Amino acid sequence: MRISLLSVLPGPARATLRVLTVSLCTLPIFSAVAGAEEHEALRDLFFGAAMFHANQENYFDAIVALDTELAQFHRLDEPELDPFSAHLGQAEFSVGDLELSYRMHRQAGRAIEAVLKGNVSRSVRNEAAYRLARIHYHKQQPVNALHALEWIEGRVPERVRAQEQFLRARVFMQLGRFDEAVELLKDLKGEKSLAGFIEFNLGIAQLKSGEEARGILELTDLGKKRSSELAEQALYDKTNLLLGAYLMEAGELQQARPYFDRVNLEGPFSNRALLGAGWAEAHAGRYERALVPWKMLQNRKGTNESVQEAMLAVPYAFGKLDVHSTAAIHYGRALDSFGSEIDTLTASIHSIREGKFLQALRRKEATQVQHWVVALRNLPNAPETHYLLDLMASNDYQAFLHNYRDLNDLYERNEAWLKSLSAYEDIIRHRRAYYDPLLPKLDEQFRKLDARIKLRLEQRDTFAGRIEQMLVSRRPEYLATADEQAVRLAMRELRRQLAQNPQGFTEVTRSRVARLQGVLDLRLSTEYDQRLTQAYKHLQELNGEIEQLQGVYQSYVRSRQAATHSYTGYNQQITRLRAQIRNYQQRLEMLMARQGSMLEALAIEELERRRTQLESYQIKARFALADSYDRANALQEQREDQRKIEQYREAQPESLPDDNPPELEAGEGGDT
Amino acid sequence: MFRMLQVTILLLLTGVAVAQNVSRDEIRGLDEQIQDVKKDVIDLTATLAQLEEKLLFPSNSQVAFFVSIADGQPFELESVELRLNGEIVAHHLYTYREIQSLQKGGVQKIYTGNVQTGVHPLQVRFIGKTPSGRAYQADATYQVDKAVGPKFVEISILGTESEIHFKDW
Repeated sequence: MRISLLSVLPGPARATLRVLTVSLCTLPIFSAVAGAEEHEALRDLFFGAAMFHANQENYFDAIVALDTELAQFHRLDEPELDPFSAHLGQAEFSVGDLELSYRMHRQAGRAIEAVLKGNVSRSVRNEAAYRLARIHYHKQQPVNALHALEWIEGRVPERVRAQEQFLRARVFMQLGRFDEAVELLKDLKGEKSLAGFIEFNLGIAQLKSGEEARGILELTDLGKKRSSELAEQALYDKTNLLLGAYLMEAGELQQARPYFDRVNLEGPFSNRALLGAGWAEAHAGRYERALVPWKMLQNRKGTNESVQEAMLAVPYAFGKLDVHSTAAIHYGRALDSFGSEIDTLTASIHSIREGKFLQALRRKEATQVQHWVVALRNLPNAPETHYLLDLMASNDYQAFLHNYRDLNDLYERNEAWLKSLSAYEDIIRHRRAYYDPLLPKLDEQFRKLDARIKLRLEQRDTFAGRIEQMLVSRRPEYLATADEQAVRLAMRELRRQLAQNPQGFTEVTRSRVARLQGVLDLRLSTEYDQRLTQAYKHLQELNGEIEQLQGVYQSYVRSRQAATHSYTGYNQQITRLRAQIRNYQQRLEMLMARQGSMLEALAIEELERRRTQLESYQIKARFALADSYDRANALQEQREDQRKIEQYREAQPESLPDDNPPELEAGEGGDT
Repeated sequence: MFRMLQVTILLLLTGVAVAQNVSRDEIRGLDEQIQDVKKDVIDLTATLAQLEEKLLFPSNSQVAFFVSIADGQPFELESVELRLNGEIVAHHLYTYREIQSLQKGGVQKIYTGNVQTGVHPLQVRFIGKTPSGRAYQADATYQVDKAVGPKFVEISILGTESEIHFKDW
């Protein structure tokens, strides 16, 4: 749809405003919202790592990271002990936000609906309802958005309160409930995070609700602001352009001109503003003044629609000023320019049909610069993207473009994974080749070590048991040294022999045996406490050594397990994952082809529209050129005739008499 | 009057109408399929990433270092260099978006590797500047005590104080 500025009708003005309202309601607020997030203390490192991706708008990596963390968290036996629990709510909502940014509305909606149905606090439920409403709003479903907003009971959390109210106002505007929107937006005025957007929407809502004067005043105040920030200045320029067009539609030509003049001459809306300013003067019949902005516009980038229109507007104004020869020269220039642009457009259409446009979109280097869409045309054989700027700036086309690039990105990631899987198989093969011959020998050594360790452990347990026993009842014999043990055994043997054959031994021998036994018992008895202490110390030392031994043992077990796990049990998983990736690659190729053909169709349609427009301009310019020549010739002839008459008059010696001679006068009276 | 032209305000403010040969239903259907495939690839990537970690950085030898910027004075980190056991394991030059992300509280996983259990000296060096252009740099050393499980160390940079703090997670 286009707005005629030549026909001053109240109807079109209303229609324009109706469409504008819808479009302005969808002004992006992410920039405003982005800064509103509070910087909370980090409790979980991996949540911070996910946010590192999210803050850079690497949505895919951020979603993968957060999904992984959330899945791990929900698998824990006692999740409340995990530090990630401190960020759980934030993480759940962040995933929804990221999915929304990554154009996964359905997934985001499902996640948030799950939060709504879950056992959560009212504050969390309210925030979830707000976020669900936002999803519906972005999907252009204002009725559903309003239903979601109606689930909010009480107040939403402070950090999203302003955004929630702003969203509610825009939903009301989409539903045509402008009075309610006005009230909400008035309350919001002064909210810094939404500065500019509130005033803009408030002005539109007031215009639509019948408060025309207030609306114009609101938008005028906004349009008078200035900012060094490009985005803010663009909003002010857009406001001025909108008001200028609106007033022209309403026939207020005198009032419209200042609004066009306020638009920044270097900004993205300057071309339309210059064109509008010219038409405001032309409609008022001030063609000399109309020429000032138009001539400025005429020298700008020749692919711009406003510039092309100005190429015809300038000679039109000269024609109105009866300077037909100058008009003819400008029409001639316009014709040359249109002809060359039509050729460019035709070449661009061919280039798109040959797939060059999609090739250019897939190339990474173009996206490294800020105005990557314009940079596309610098790539080899890429189409003339200056003609596609307006199309590419539209919401639908932006979504298509991003989706196409997302699909391409996913495809390339999967290709990289396929290469990685091959590399992993190589690693596994090398590990198997290294460990397989090594492990049996190690296992054999380990078994020997294991047997020794077990023996020592049993001995230690025996000693420990005896010491425990000795703490309860004295057992001096347990603490005899090896020599003493040998003596004890020898004495026991001697006593046995003495008992079996008492006559075989002398009294001296028997008394010596008894004395030796006494000496041994006395030593063991008197040194018992000291020996028990020593034994206990030795047991502690033994425990320390055994602990070290067990550490080595555990370390070996772990290393042995790690070695085994480093190359066994992967093959099936890798095969399955590879098949899955290939399956997804086929899907991605099919979807890329469909999305790509949609992009191409829209681009070609836009280029053909522009070409048709230029062809019609060409026809008009040709007729106007011929007409200008005719008028210029006629004027020249008229001047030539005038000059000849003057020359003839100058050549006459005397002037002719003005009155009749008397005889003729008398004759005319007749007889009476 | 010579009528020929119009100012295209709607192009300025509204989405360009969808091509006639592309229906809304077709767009919606395609968009839903794209959303589905995105979800599937996200899930698959998470599985693949876990497989990669298990294969390349098993938990008994895994060590990972994370870089964050401490709250306070605005600071633009330019580069960070990490030496582990005397060898350079990471040297990162920061992009504008990475700096912004760190300033918003993001944490960069700068290095993941494998080391044996025991103590490993880590040396960190950073260079950066304040928005006004004043340059800062600092070096710091830390003993990474690697036990049986995976080891995560946060390197917190206090730019304007020329300090580096370490935290075991």
